Formats: sequence, structure tokens, C-alpha cells
Amino acid sequence: MSIRVEEVSKRFSTYPALAGVSLEIVDGEFVALLGPSGSGKTTLLRIIAGLDFPDSGVIRFGDRDVTDDPAAKRGIGFVFQHYALFGHMSVARNIAFGLDILPRRARPARAEIEARVDELLKLVQLEGYGERYPAQLSGGQRQRVALARALARNPRFLLLDEPFGALDTKVRRELRDALRIIHDEIGLTSIFVTHDHEEAFALADRVAILNAGRIEQFAAPAEILERPASPFVTSFVA
Amino acid sequence: MTAAALLPRLRRKRSAMPGLGLTLGISLLWLSLIVLLPLSTVFVKSAGIGWDGFWQAAGSERAMAAYRLSFGAAFVAALINLVFGLLVAWVLVRYHFPGRRLLGAVVDLPFALPTAVAGIALTTIYSQNGLVGSVLAPLGLPIAYRPAGIVIALVFVGLPFVVRTVEPVLEQLSKEVEEAAITLGATRRQTFLRIILPAIAPALATGFSLAFARGAGEYGSVIFIAGNMPYRTEIAPLLIITQLEEYDYPGAAAIAVVMLMISFTMLLVLNALQVWQRRRSA
Repeated sequence: MSIRVEEVSKRFSTYPALAGVSLEIVDGEFVALLGPSGSGKTTLLRIIAGLDFPDSGVIRFGDRDVTDDPAAKRGIGFVFQHYALFGHMSVARNIAFGLDILPRRARPARAEIEARVDELLKLVQLEGYGERYPAQLSGGQRQRVALARALARNPRFLLLDEPFGALDTKVRRELRDALRIIHDEIGLTSIFVTHDHEEAFALADRVAILNAGRIEQFAAPAEILERPASPFVTSFVA
Repeated sequence: MTAAALLPRLRRKRSAMPGLGLTLGISLLWLSLIVLLPLSTVFVKSAGIGWDGFWQAAGSERAMAAYRLSFGAAFVAALINLVFGLLVAWVLVRYHFPGRRLLGAVVDLPFALPTAVAGIALTTIYSQNGLVGSVLAPLGLPIAYRPAGIVIALVFVGLPFVVRTVEPVLEQLSKEVEEAAITLGATRRQTFLRIILPAIAPALATGFSLAFARGAGEYGSVIFIAGNMPYRTEIAPLLIITQLEEYDYPGAAAIAVVMLMISFTMLLVLNALQVWQRRRSA
């Protein structure tokens, strides 16, 4: 499903975080929001997720206006920079959380949930880790669990906020490749936020470069490198 | 003898955090002087009258009623504090409103106020002619001079314990974890019951233990509002004072020993529960 961001603005107390941003992401696309800190990229992602709300502007999923829908109702999967796993639950219960909390009528049977958990553990290459607790895992493993958890309810969109930000280079590369493979396999629309242009260019179909609450350029990596739209883009990707 | 001599094996290993021998030694000495030595005299004193005398004093009907009342009221009060202390801590941490700091200071007042003052004030309010008592009494809910009055006094002295132990843990709870629950489709209620509550449960348990222990031993505020009728509204600490006034020192010490044992056992159990809970989630 496509995502349309139309003229979205957001102010935090005095400074504008987003100043009239518009963006159209097509179905199945893998998009990076790239920019320096304070450019508004995380705010934009959180507004798409429903974790923040814009002062003005509209968010559409397909044709539907979801601007005022709460995050719980948007059908998204969200991955946080610091994993945000539930420390008191096992890996399996973390992944199953989104299914376990469904109302009885909509909830799959116990065995079905467990099968889904196994399937997801396999997808993120953590088979056999279901009974562990998050504290017993490495950073990269935790982020894999967070990814599996976000996918459990078959979201329409996967949103990732600096998903590799807290990891070292080697793990970062492994996880990056894994994410791309998973994206291609499931084919869901994904957006991730990063301040690392190499990461954005290596992973994304298209990259939106943000600066001071505006989009400077939104294009495929090759085009950005060939025809940077502004002096800021030139210097940022240099 | 120093602690280092008592713990030769710990000495031999090199540690990144030196000073165990010295600090543990001082800690043990300090705890002995301040806590254990005074408490041990209670045991010594009560031993002077032999088993029969001990049970006659500490196991009498009147003493039994007093233990039940003291620990029962402390338990109920700690439960009430658990709910409302969490609510107060929640409001103080989660919301920013004018007067928040003032409210925070009000929470600590029960720590600072002489408990007798609190007792007299509560009695004034909750007696039949008092501000609140005059409203409740006609409804068949007399508070003062009843066990209910004791519970109210203990709620008063115990409140800060729950608020102050839960507050820092609630503050540290990451916003991301809650947001994660929300993006996974959880309602506010589910987020609270399944994510927040388990995370703050150990702090709640600590606050409960502290409030309970404080309540079981509380004297000053309770005696004014309790009415102090033997078998009905006489708390165990008051019974101890009564024995002292009758120069029955061993009898007073015997009751004190029983209270100590019950309190210590309960605190041990609560602590063990917490350790178990933490192991499970670590």
C-alpha cells in the first residue's frame, strides 16, 4: 500500500521540526529518510506511525486519511533504535505480544501463535532463542527480535527509527543485509530513518534527504549522486 | 576481630572493587551497634522469665488480639497505600502541572510531622463531631475509635514509602517500551497491565514492605485515634507500653520479641519473593 504525506508541518515549542513536507511512497518501496540530527526525519517517521501528530497536513495510507488514527490502529510495525523489548518477557512472548493482546474473537489459537513465533524466529535467524530473555541477547540479536515482533501481525508498513544506530559496524552490515532480504521476501512497504548516507544508499530504493524540516531531494541513490538538487545535498553526501 | 580476618577467602582474590573487608567490617560493626545490640537486649530481657512466663505474657488472649490488629491493620493500610501511592507517583512523574513540586513536598509531610500531631489531627477530623466523621458516622461508618481509624492513621504514615520507592522507577521506564506496545496494537489498559505494572512490580513490593513494616510498629499516631480498648482497638506497641507502665519489663520484652519475629519473617518472605521475581525476569 502507498503512503502519502501532504504538506505536513509540526512545531516543537518554538522551532519548526517539519515545515510543509510532502512525500509519496509507492507500494512495496524501501525508502530511507536521511538527514543530520534535528532535520526532522524522526519526527516525520513518528507522524507516519501515529506516535506524533502534525499541526497541519494529511497522512494517507492508500486513499484513506489516517491523520487522526492512533498508532495502535494503523497496522504498522515499528522498530526502535534501542530495541524497546519487554524485559520481563521471553523472546517468544515478546514476538507474540501483538497477537496475545488481540481480543478473544480475533486472536489466533495458542498453537497458531506459537507456529507464527517459530516462523518469525526462523525469518530473523534466531531459531531456538524463544525461551531466552532479552537481557541474555546481544544488541544485534535484540534488534532481530524487535524486527520479528514488529512483523508478527502482518503490518502493511514497516517503520524503522535508526534501527542500526546502536550496533557496531559488523553487526550493522549483517543486519542491514538481513533487513533487505526480509523486505524483498515479504514485499511490504518500508521506511527507515538514518543519518548515515552510505547506509541509506546501500539499502534503499529511494532516499529522501531532509534538512531543517524540509525535503531537499527525494530520488534514487544513483540520481542523487549524479544530480544533487541543492548545495546541501552535495555536501551532505560527499 | 576484623571482617577481613573472618573472610580470608574473599581477601585472596583480586577485585576491581577493593575495600570489601574494610567497608563490610564497618557495616557489620555499625549495624551491631545501632540495630542488633539494642534488639538483642529485648531477647535477653524476655528470656529472664522462662518459657512459661514468656508465653503467659506474649501468648495471652489480649496480646494475640493486639498482634492481629497491629499486623492486620498494617497490611490493609499498606494495600491501600499500594494503590493510591502508585496513583500519586504516577501523577507526579507523568504530568507537568502548576503546583507539582508543592504536591511532591506534601507527600513527604508524614515523614517529618511528629506522629502524635498526625494522630490528634486525624482524630479531630474523624471523630463523630469532626469534619469527616460527622458525615460518615450517620451513614453507619464510624471511623475514630475503631480499627478503621487505625487503618487511616497507618495509611497516613505509610504513604510516602510507596510514593518515594515507585517514583524513581516510574521515571526511568523508557517511553520507547510503551510506544512499542502501542504500535503493536495494545490499548492503554493492556500497556499498563502487561508492560508498566510488571516493570514497577519490584518497586511496588518494596514500598509495600516498608509501609507495612512501618505500620506494624507505629505507635504515636495510632493511640489517639484507636480508642485503645483491650481486645478490640489495642495495638501491640501500646500493649508493650502498658506493660512497661506496670513495671512488667520481661512481659513487655516478650511481646516485643514476638512482634520482631513476625515482622522479620514477613520482611524476609517479601524479600525472597522479590529476588525470585527478579531472577525470573533477568
